[in-house]
Amino acid sequence: MIEVEDLYFTYPSGVEALRGITLTIRDGEFVAIMGQNGAGKTTLVKHFNGLLKPTKGSVKIDGVDTTKASVAELARKVGFVFQNPDHQLFCETVEDEISFALKNFGFDEDAIKDRVDWALNLLDLTRYRNISPFMLSGGERKRVALASVLAWDPKILILDEPTIGQDYEQKERLRNFIVQLNAQGKTVIIVTHDIEFVAECKPRVILMAEGRVIADGDPHEILTNPNLVSKASLILPETTRILLGLRGMEQSGRLARVIDVYEAGRILTAMLRDQG
Amino acid sequence: MEIIRTEDLTYTYPISSKPAFRDVSITIDKGEFVLLTGPSGCGKTTLCRCFNGLIPHFYSGKLEGEIMVAGLRVPDHPIHELAQHVGLVFQNPENQLFALSVEKDVAFGLENLGLPRDEIRERVDWALKVTGIYDLKDRAPYELSGGQQQRVAIASILAMRPEVIVLDEPTSFLDPLGAQKIFEVIDRLNKRLGITIILVEHRLDLASKYADRVIIMNEGRVVLNGRPRDVFISDEAQLVGVGIPKATMLYKLLRENGIELGRVPITAEEASQMIREALTHDRG
Repeated sequence: MIEVEDLYFTYPSGVEALRGITLTIRDGEFVAIMGQNGAGKTTLVKHFNGLLKPTKGSVKIDGVDTTKASVAELARKVGFVFQNPDHQLFCETVEDEISFALKNFGFDEDAIKDRVDWALNLLDLTRYRNISPFMLSGGERKRVALASVLAWDPKILILDEPTIGQDYEQKERLRNFIVQLNAQGKTVIIVTHDIEFVAECKPRVILMAEGRVIADGDPHEILTNPNLVSKASLILPETTRILLGLRGMEQSGRLARVIDVYEAGRILTAMLRDQG
Repeated sequence: MEIIRTEDLTYTYPISSKPAFRDVSITIDKGEFVLLTGPSGCGKTTLCRCFNGLIPHFYSGKLEGEIMVAGLRVPDHPIHELAQHVGLVFQNPENQLFALSVEKDVAFGLENLGLPRDEIRERVDWALKVTGIYDLKDRAPYELSGGQQQRVAIASILAMRPEVIVLDEPTSFLDPLGAQKIFEVIDRLNKRLGITIILVEHRLDLASKYADRVIIMNEGRVVLNGRPRDVFISDEAQLVGVGIPKATMLYKLLRENGIELGRVPITAEEASQMIREALTHDRG
């Protein structure tokens, strides 16, 4: 469980990135932290594995204050996959990259081999085992970064902008993958401004603007609220924008909380048939 | 009037045994706005590298077939000559910007052309104004937001006054509002200045409404090439796995249920209006 209590954070440059955040993320939740670039999303999640420590307020992971634990201890529980894989990858081969953290955590050799095999297979990277990560495409490097974190099986997984640079199919795969991990009981936190991706995944949404949480809850409520979405400098999901254009029509209330195109298709079909 | 023409163009990178793309035959007219899309690795970035001569001159490898750009046969003309006709904007502006002020970055290409000082100043000011960043001219590029940096990259290309601007996923690092602003700048270059635009993009929901034409590549080949509505409604577009606009998707879902909306929508506004009409019509 992650408990954040009245968290403030000011960078050494004087920029106040977080201004009083209070929230709780329970085990097994799937959460999207959303907002425009500069809203404080990444600064917030960097507190979850102790990379940053509060200027004021507190962050507790399973009851332990992050100021009382090292990043290494926290990392065992909280895996962090960075936005840019090049900030994370540095080894000569994909295999070395994935085994690096396992060695640091003191796993024995057999366990390391098993886990590397498992992670390579899971992310469809087995054929690149002995290749340098820097020979791979951007999308593939992102998968290597994810594999290297999943390998040590952290119970909380943080993905910073996982959909950037990914094409449609890769996003679909990523979505299935996240849903699967979450179904297995992992807490998954994604940091993103990709509202279409969130509209398809439908996690709990935490909306941020200027270092504060401006909404927290059901995606159907938050992502269909034009005021909130524009306060966070985001754009409504495309499906919701289509349906907003129907406001005021008879029965359009049935569409007021819809963010997903398939759901929109079902309801509109019923409406058009009813009237026909 | 055509500005780019390829005939059976096939290219293989030096260390590769398989072509990155093959048998590409396309014609792009002056002033067109072309959206080029397809799954990662389909060859679209490689194809764009041919338009300003990076292929074959910089990457070497094997280029077969014909490619003409602004009346020049690409293999016969050096990059610096082609670059005056075709400008390339990359995905990550950090890879393109390096000077200590925005103004200097935008002036760099012009200085290399050896233009007179007054003309450089005039062109830099013009490019900064068109892209909406004149107020930032004395700032350091690395201090700017991603969206602002991308506009600096576009301005530095625009200052060269190319006839064609190729943008390779220029919004992938930007948030939605930042992306929308970039698309608006690109649209202005196309509609107001008549610059031919080739935009490589995955975000079809936001970008489609600006395009005259969509080209979809898959596994190194051009598989669809036509008006956005015709391309997005085809079953093949979905099979290739490009994320067609939600408006078109909704149209298809309704059609599968026996409900015809008439014309194929590609924007939210069009879809709303057509559904409104269907709801009103059915009632009467």
